[in-house]
Amino acid sequence: MSCIQTIADYGLRSIGIGERLLPRSDFTMCQQFTLIGSGMIWNIYFGVLALLAGFFLATGLALAKNVESRLIRKPAEWFIFVFRGSPLFIQFFLAYEALALLPRAGFPVLGITIETNWMTRAWAGALFVLFLNTSAYAAEIFYGALRSVPKGDLEAADAYGLSGWKKFRRVTWPTMLRLAWPSYTNEAIFLFHATTLVFFSGFPAFRQEGDALYYAKYFADKTFNPFIPYPIAAFFFVLLTLSVIALFGVINRRLNRHLPQEQRRRIRFRPQILR
Amino acid sequence: MKKLILTAAILGLSAGVAAAETVRMGTEGAYPPYNYIDDNGQVAGFERELGDKLCEMEKLDCTWVTNDWDSIIPNLLSGNYDTIMAGMSITEEREKSIDFTQAYYPPAASSYMAMDPGVDLKGGVVAAQTGTIQAAHVAETGATLAEYATLDDTIAAVKNGEADAVFADKDALKPFAGTDGMQFVGEDVQLGKGIGIGLRKSDTALKDKFNDGISKLKADGSLNEMLKKYFGDDALTFN
Amino acid sequence: MFSTCTDPSSLHGLSWMLCYLTTGKHMMFYGSFGVVLILLAVTAPAALIFGFGGALAARSHIAPLKLFGRGYISMVRGVPDIVFFLFVPIAMDQGLEYLRNRVKCPDWNQPVWAGNEFHVCAAAKLPLNTAPQIYHEIYGFALAVVAFSIVYGAFAANVLYGAMQAVPRAQLETAEAYGMTRAQVNRRVLIPQMWAYAIPGLSNLWMILIKATPLLFLLGIEDIVYWARELGATKSQIYAYPHGDWRLYYFLALLIFYLVMTKLSELVLDRINRRLAFGQATAAGEALRKAGA
Repeated sequence: MSCIQTIADYGLRSIGIGERLLPRSDFTMCQQFTLIGSGMIWNIYFGVLALLAGFFLATGLALAKNVESRLIRKPAEWFIFVFRGSPLFIQFFLAYEALALLPRAGFPVLGITIETNWMTRAWAGALFVLFLNTSAYAAEIFYGALRSVPKGDLEAADAYGLSGWKKFRRVTWPTMLRLAWPSYTNEAIFLFHATTLVFFSGFPAFRQEGDALYYAKYFADKTFNPFIPYPIAAFFFVLLTLSVIALFGVINRRLNRHLPQEQRRRIRFRPQILR
Repeated sequence: MKKLILTAAILGLSAGVAAAETVRMGTEGAYPPYNYIDDNGQVAGFERELGDKLCEMEKLDCTWVTNDWDSIIPNLLSGNYDTIMAGMSITEEREKSIDFTQAYYPPAASSYMAMDPGVDLKGGVVAAQTGTIQAAHVAETGATLAEYATLDDTIAAVKNGEADAVFADKDALKPFAGTDGMQFVGEDVQLGKGIGIGLRKSDTALKDKFNDGISKLKADGSLNEMLKKYFGDDALTFN
Repeated sequence: MFSTCTDPSSLHGLSWMLCYLTTGKHMMFYGSFGVVLILLAVTAPAALIFGFGGALAARSHIAPLKLFGRGYISMVRGVPDIVFFLFVPIAMDQGLEYLRNRVKCPDWNQPVWAGNEFHVCAAAKLPLNTAPQIYHEIYGFALAVVAFSIVYGAFAANVLYGAMQAVPRAQLETAEAYGMTRAQVNRRVLIPQMWAYAIPGLSNLWMILIKATPLLFLLGIEDIVYWARELGATKSQIYAYPHGDWRLYYFLALLIFYLVMTKLSELVLDRINRRLAFGQATAAGEALRKAGA
């Protein structure tokens, strides 16, 4: 079987398109590259959606943590503490167990039954956990940035007569983002790395559709040789990481475009956040 | 990777047999009644008793270690233990990578278990343990295969409705029959050629010893007795 | 453990629970918390040493050394740690046994990697097949510690490298003006001054390390996750203490353990941070100065 044929058969295998049975013997490098690459679709899916949704929740949590009122501040603090203070691995497990406890028949709402079955599927359940998790980490980063917004900037906004939403939208928020961006880039990188845990603990793979690590493990188990599939998975992740850095770098330049050249901060990698 | 690590008792051989060969017996420890960890943290079950008996007969000094099912063959191959006694069926696919002794458990039936007797076994979602012959079988039928790390996970998946049925070794499923409305459904399926002791292909001397021991136990009927003790009076036996 | 526990089937309620929670298996579960703490206690300094080496290598003027240091640091950036954990220990195990095979059995003429088998002479096995089980456990644990140290050492190298770059140039130039050599500047100024900048990053790393410990089970160590899964799993009538699927409760206990560890660490690290910031030309140091004034 030629490699092109393999790619046609297995390129989208992880989302259920193509050949139904996985290769069972005589594994070729091409098959390993194709299937592990196919699994990356899930890593990207989880990472991108969790980041996009998490961005908004994180902003809200950071603001909530920054207010005087205990009633608003405490829940935000607890949320951030629980999700940052426990291993993602355990969060996955607990979430899976909790979601599995939902009534199987679904909730009757206004005569319509809302199905709950899909909640225990990785595409929904794991995404939900990753979304909450990244929100907590990003919220802490945003909160730190919010606290370091220069006083002068805020006073200048007051002097211009800006207040409330306008002040936030035009002064506080952009500055917060600019300060938080290097750390947030790292959070994004680690979130993508964390997506490898999804099928590794808690969430089962259906129809042998899994992420890159799921297929890498499949090949390692079948060929008894870990030295080929795992480096292939590593290779794909290096590519993914470089793309994330490039994309976030573009945004970083845009956020800092008003600053003098030498003040623009380049994104430096600091592992401040990891689960 | 030195997998695992269960403090396991070393067979009480008499001090006179100082030159006894040391054999590390690998098992999963999560597949009652074949093998499980008892409340004292020791490996127990049918395979423990049989293995200890064989070691005693063949004058081997045996230590039990447990290893995740997932990586049980790779760790045998890399030499972290010398045998696999973990309810592992002899299949052609496995015989490509490791050797088996003759079967110490007759070709057993695999069964479907579900909460709803009318479940669609060919088109529904069927749970199976990753890397088992049952999982491979489900992947070939029209059903949607849902893979879980342990047998317990597969049962839980049926109970919470994620999967319509579970497909596993019939004896391993038996203890769950009747709990929360779980019942056997559909036809039993014969998979594999019975359960044997897995060994590295290069370990021919050890294979001969175990084969010899199993033959003796079969001949004097004590293997059948042991099967009845663990799997009930209607257990499959050798004749 | 208690004499009343000899016949579990006759027990009910609280006394059943008491006996259940003190079985040999549960004792192993409690002991595995110690394993996690030992891992943390050994890995943290080891990773720091790896990190120190990596950071110094990355700052080196010798090109290959610099390349090695940079490569080591960027390794963690690109690849998820689980991928490393899945194959670093196997690679180390086989590498060590291969070397021992060369030394101990020079006339070993079979191929070491034959087909899918890894095959060395009996004397080269690590630990020896005849060794008691405890040595196998210790060896497995040691491999896990080395794997953790390599991966988190790269994180530490990154933090320390950043901290070394953050020490104000002026301080180093002053030292040079005093006629110190490069090594002297490193030893007397750069490294002592670096800590104030490194501690926030290292604190984070400690938190990361705590949360990475459940991955121990990937390396085949019987850690708290292994026992929580094993104990929580449904127990049929062949067990002395049959029960349903209790994994949820065991995992909740683990969650609480990790939250407590995190909280305690936060308290201790805050104190260290405060002490080290004292007298430094940083925002935190300035805040302390103002508060004191």
